Amino acid sequence: MPKSSSRALESPPPSKVWTFLDERLGLSEILEIARHKRVPQHTQSFWYYWGGISLFFFLIQAISGVLLLVYYRPGVDAFDSVRRITYDIDFGWLIRSAHSWSANLMIVAVFVHMFSVFFMKAYRAPREFGWWSGLVLLGLAMTFGFSGYLLPMDELAYFATKVGLDIPTSIPVIGPIMGDLIRGGPDVNENTIQRFFALHVVILPALFVPVLMFHLFLVQKHGNAVPPSEEAKPESERSSIPFFPNFFAKDLAMWLIALNVLALLASLYPWDLGPQADPLAPAPQGIHPEWYFMVPFQVLKVFGNWFPGLTGEIMGMALFTLGGLIWAVIPLYDMNNKNAARARTATWIGFVVLATVIVFTIWGYSAL
Amino acid sequence: MSDSPTDTLGPLDAGLEYDPLSRRKFVKVGFGLFGACYAGALGYPIYRYLNDPAEEAALMAAITEVSLDAASLDPGSVLMFRFGARPAMLIHHLDGSWASFDAVCTHLGCTVQYETDKNRIHCACHGGVYDPVSGHPVSGPPPRSLRKYNVEVKDAQVIVSRA
Repeated sequence: MPKSSSRALESPPPSKVWTFLDERLGLSEILEIARHKRVPQHTQSFWYYWGGISLFFFLIQAISGVLLLVYYRPGVDAFDSVRRITYDIDFGWLIRSAHSWSANLMIVAVFVHMFSVFFMKAYRAPREFGWWSGLVLLGLAMTFGFSGYLLPMDELAYFATKVGLDIPTSIPVIGPIMGDLIRGGPDVNENTIQRFFALHVVILPALFVPVLMFHLFLVQKHGNAVPPSEEAKPESERSSIPFFPNFFAKDLAMWLIALNVLALLASLYPWDLGPQADPLAPAPQGIHPEWYFMVPFQVLKVFGNWFPGLTGEIMGMALFTLGGLIWAVIPLYDMNNKNAARARTATWIGFVVLATVIVFTIWGYSAL
Repeated sequence: MSDSPTDTLGPLDAGLEYDPLSRRKFVKVGFGLFGACYAGALGYPIYRYLNDPAEEAALMAAITEVSLDAASLDPGSVLMFRFGARPAMLIHHLDGSWASFDAVCTHLGCTVQYETDKNRIHCACHGGVYDPVSGHPVSGPPPRSLRKYNVEVKDAQVIVSRA
């Protein structure tokens, strides 16, 4: 009896393939490191998954993006090639739909990740660079979204890009020069598609991947941060689980849920392709950017009404820059758990930002 | 089938020995099948997506007849055209007869050309030569004849078909 139960717990002998790879790649050393890594477990542990979910959607973006690249043609053929992908190529609609849905889900996951990090105060020392690299990744992800939105060159893509690029163009002196350089001319045209294409598939991935690696390296180096409520507990009352295989398995389960959600959305609500962009046609009613640009869109709209002309736009942009700056320097203000007043202020800033995002997004949509 | 005491104890013992093992196997196989289902559900659309041009070409290759506005083609000259997805050639010989071939060399798939001055079909890749009337290989590496099509002249139309 004891013999058989001990056998049941024992893992099976390593396979020849495993031994072959292990001797050459040191797999068991990596597993050993992974086995020592632990993930804190507490009431807020759920939020730990959102960075991984963001990463998962990014991987989906990379794969579906490469697949789209097989048929997509930038320049004058852009709309026609996307029309072909959507209507002619077998399952092209699904690949494109998955790419668009996954892009949006990735931004959702990134936002959840960012706000949970903020409220758990995971940006505090020594994790400031995690916060900053995360903000860089957010900026790159939004640029991915903005540049990718133009590529199908349908009506919405055209006008959204036109409006979006008119914002930096209104910066005094350098604005018009920047606008011309980004667009490749005074107006959105096939040169713009070609530029955005280069940006979207070469420059942004080349910037994103190293920053992502840095971000992940920091997570590995510092481990998961625990929220202040957990930090206050004595060591003996805190609990944790091994990263491998326990947390890893849960992570995978989350990825599976994410994949299923994506598959349902992409197949049940296939991404639309509008009519081909026509520079001579008037802007369609209710034109608006993607939801994650709704806040700046609405802020500029409101400021434009309050302060007509260039003043409104510049004030809106100044406010945005200031907000972004405050958001970025939070780790330098709320540095550790020693200063309770600063901690409270930071939390309030978080609530104000979150409320602003929600209110302006809803306001933006209801004002369409 | 002996009913010895050792045999009646056997299954119980065996159960203890092998149950944990078969459970491990069950989970392994279960996860394997589960994974295979997902791999299939992801792999199949991707395969069809990537294979679409090949499928389209296969559909085009299914055509059996091409009608060409070529009755006025000068004797001693050639017209290159597409038969389905493949290049093909229509030769109007000096004696007024017509011949049409699949223009893909049977050696390594280069497109062959009709050389009017030498009255031969030549493949520039490896120097294969075919007879311009029968399509049989004359010299060089080609292992087989070029595929020959039927030619029928109807008014201004030349109808090339495959048997």
